[in-house]
Amino acid sequence: MTKKPIKFVLNGREVQAFVSPDDSVVDLLRELDHFGARESCGQGLCGCCTVLIDGVSVTGCLELALLLDGKRINTVEGLDADGQLSAVQQAFIDTGAFQCGFCTPGFILMIEQLLDENPDPTDDEARDYLSGNLCRCAAYPEILSAVRNAAMKRKTAQGADA
Amino acid sequence: MGDKTMTTTEVGRSLPRLEARQKVTGRANYTHNLKLPGMVHAKVFRSTVPHGKILSIDTAEAASYPGVAAVVTGKDILDVVPEPYYGPAFHDQPILALNKVRYVGEPVAVVLADDPRIAAEAVELIDAVYEELPAVYDETEAMTSDAVVHDELKPAGTFPDLKHLNGRKDTNIALDFHLKQGHADAAFASAAHVFAHSFQTQQTMHTPMEPIISLAEPSGDRLIIHTASQSPSFVRSEVARLLGWSENRVQVKVGHLGGGFGAKLYIKLEALVAALALLCRRPVRLSLSMEEQFYTISKHASTFHIKSAVDKDGRITARKCEVLWNGGAYADIGPRVTQKSGFTATGPYDIAAADIDSYALYTNRPPAGALRGFGIPQLVWAYESHTDLIARELGMDPVEFRRRNILKDGRPHVTGTVMKDAAIDAVLETLAERMRWSEPFDRGEGTVKRGRGVAIGFKACVSPTTSVATVTVAADGSVTLHHATVDMGQGSDTAMAQIVAEVLGVRTEEIRVVDPDTDVTPYDMATLGSRSTFHMGNAVRKAAEHARTQLDDMAKSLGMAETAAGRVKEVFRRTYGMQAGTVVGVGTYIPEYVSPNEDGLSDNVTPFWMIGGTGVEVEVDTETGRTKLLKMVNAADLGTALNPRIVETQLSGAAIMQLGFTVSEEMILDGGQVTNASLADYKIPGIKDIPPVIENCIVDAHTETGPFGAKGVGESATFGVSPAVAEAIQDACGVRLTRLPMTAEAIFHALHGDKK
Ligand code: FES
Ligand code: FES
Repeated sequence: MTKKPIKFVLNGREVQAFVSPDDSVVDLLRELDHFGARESCGQGLCGCCTVLIDGVSVTGCLELALLLDGKRINTVEGLDADGQLSAVQQAFIDTGAFQCGFCTPGFILMIEQLLDENPDPTDDEARDYLSGNLCRCAAYPEILSAVRNAAMKRKTAQGADA
Repeated sequence: MGDKTMTTTEVGRSLPRLEARQKVTGRANYTHNLKLPGMVHAKVFRSTVPHGKILSIDTAEAASYPGVAAVVTGKDILDVVPEPYYGPAFHDQPILALNKVRYVGEPVAVVLADDPRIAAEAVELIDAVYEELPAVYDETEAMTSDAVVHDELKPAGTFPDLKHLNGRKDTNIALDFHLKQGHADAAFASAAHVFAHSFQTQQTMHTPMEPIISLAEPSGDRLIIHTASQSPSFVRSEVARLLGWSENRVQVKVGHLGGGFGAKLYIKLEALVAALALLCRRPVRLSLSMEEQFYTISKHASTFHIKSAVDKDGRITARKCEVLWNGGAYADIGPRVTQKSGFTATGPYDIAAADIDSYALYTNRPPAGALRGFGIPQLVWAYESHTDLIARELGMDPVEFRRRNILKDGRPHVTGTVMKDAAIDAVLETLAERMRWSEPFDRGEGTVKRGRGVAIGFKACVSPTTSVATVTVAADGSVTLHHATVDMGQGSDTAMAQIVAEVLGVRTEEIRVVDPDTDVTPYDMATLGSRSTFHMGNAVRKAAEHARTQLDDMAKSLGMAETAAGRVKEVFRRTYGMQAGTVVGVGTYIPEYVSPNEDGLSDNVTPFWMIGGTGVEVEVDTETGRTKLLKMVNAADLGTALNPRIVETQLSGAAIMQLGFTVSEEMILDGGQVTNASLADYKIPGIKDIPPVIENCIVDAHTETGPFGAKGVGESATFGVSPAVAEAIQDACGVRLTRLPMTAEAIFHALHGDKK
């Protein structure tokens, strides 16, 4: 199959790539040695492959890479670009919100988006928001603590900025 | 360097996992990430019939498909592996099917291509013709069926506890284990009450989020296997055996696992990728899809007939257990499940007389192996449901009935082994207290009813097994740990580093833990059955102590202080005249063990006991059968916790996983075909399925022989979940379910009569 050139912004960096029409976003990211979005179910059911495209969460196993042309894509690898973990990442460590860590980037990106939209979610809101992500290690209780903890961290940081 | 007598500072500290930062930044090293230069991708062509003779496999069209590097069948494998049968208990599983297929989904051929999508497309072009044979799926039918899955069985003889295996010709029984303690028949004859029940469990799958994956690369006259495996040492020796090579020609490397739960044990894809890499002389990558995982390994379905004799005071005087384990088409580690779990089938109760018969059976289903609990959750499901039903018939409070019969330290278990460091009563009392068992309980109103239940279980640890570790101290005092326990999320790297840090008096965070690599990390039996904390923990402790002793001796011979503590760098510099040299501490651990005699009895059957229990409160909507868990309390005796926070996550994670097996998960088969091999139709717990209140309790305990008092924990919180939920459902709405999973549909039918 003929490959087509595309241009997009990956974690703030301009990238050009040649992609096949049937490459998924996860396939392309693997080519680019980005492994944070990873395929597990391959059917849009688990959220392990979550990425943000133009700021919106997308399941990378189903999204065609060609559609990235001209878009901004953010993956978990971009969150600590300045060497600092994001509030959500730090909250995951502080609350022990993972075991094997395979689902973790997906959850973290979803929670980044959740807190951008709703800085102070209730547990029920968080559950609703995260119901498309699966964790077989079942770190769910700790993930809910991480949401609360990250919300607080973000607020404190904003207070310090103001 | 630490002092032997100091109170612990590193052990018992709830530090985050050593690899936490890599995991939250997406940079942890899963085998899944690996790309090798020049590698080809493999895709498996699978059997469409449950049992049949292979008449022909037409691969011509696939082989000529553009982009295909090769197509390989079972016959081709013979070129590199003349005897291509593997397995930890029996050498019964072919690398690719030969002559016969034994379940739907069994690997029959493989396509290799540079592009994984080409390989997948070409697989569709393969055509196999089978002569179908009668098949058997059910464990009870398998006991007597004329459909025989294996004509001949070759015991592996690998593990000392399975040395006695021989299997039986012309039956589907892979192993039968029998235990006879005291005079059960006499006790039944004179019993005030006799109770008999039967219970069943369904076939389920581990579904680790990182699907099963292996790569193999030829390297000179050696082979390097990169694999998401829980048992690197076994993979090395088994692949070496298959190839007729010495072990040092096979190197097995394992990164962090994206979950395992028993799915990634022994040989899964490793023998296949090894053979493929040798055949095509290129690195080969085989990564299963979520669907294919369901055709690879599963958890035993089971049927358990249990019968108890009870005296007029509510004491159990004898128990008879018959357990049938549905092992699927290949034994995997099923025979060990049958035996190691089988002998605990009477439960954590003080019972003088018992008969246990436990059978590992072949059927034409996907193979079953170990899944978080090694058969114990199936047994506890039955014996604790039975316990509750007895208490109900006697009109006794279920906690009180358990108290009256509980097995205490110093009393013999039915095997004859005297209980020690087994806080069974403490687990029960903790549950009763946290569930406020003696207080009035709100039973709900209208059509929504509430109920509660508790259940406890215990497990012996697989034995005897060996772990070896080395601890290396460099001339600058920095410390490296080499061991082959695989960290699949349970936090073993961190716990082992804590032990080293404690012994050597350094910070855990400063210790480098080397990933399992059979070229450099010493032997370990496997990461399974909650054995690592105890076995590897002891080996690691010994290795660290050995290193410390050598350093202290160096200090002494230099005329320095009695210990090298705090002056390791100086000790090296003065010994070697510069910053040079290395100290290597070695530790090996194998516990004592006495094999069961012909009656299944032994006075030392396990190095330690794991105890776990769960209490739940549920709400049942009697109009729909929908059940909601309101509260879950998990309690476990895990000795002294090395890292309490990681341990708590293990407890709730295990309990929630078992909750999936309790209320929703089931592999549905139609003519041997799994019809719901997808997370769309096979429902694992999501974040909305967990109870709003989960409490995890570590009971106050200490294991004398464990490293710093610790023992295993990964499975303990699975034990009590299913029977506690069953009791709570009956408590709420009066119906008793005896088969898992207890779906809303099953409860609805139990309440309102059978399907229309
Ligand atoms: S891998 Fe994309 S949703 Fe599961
Ligand atoms: S941490 Fe293992 S799947 Fe979520």
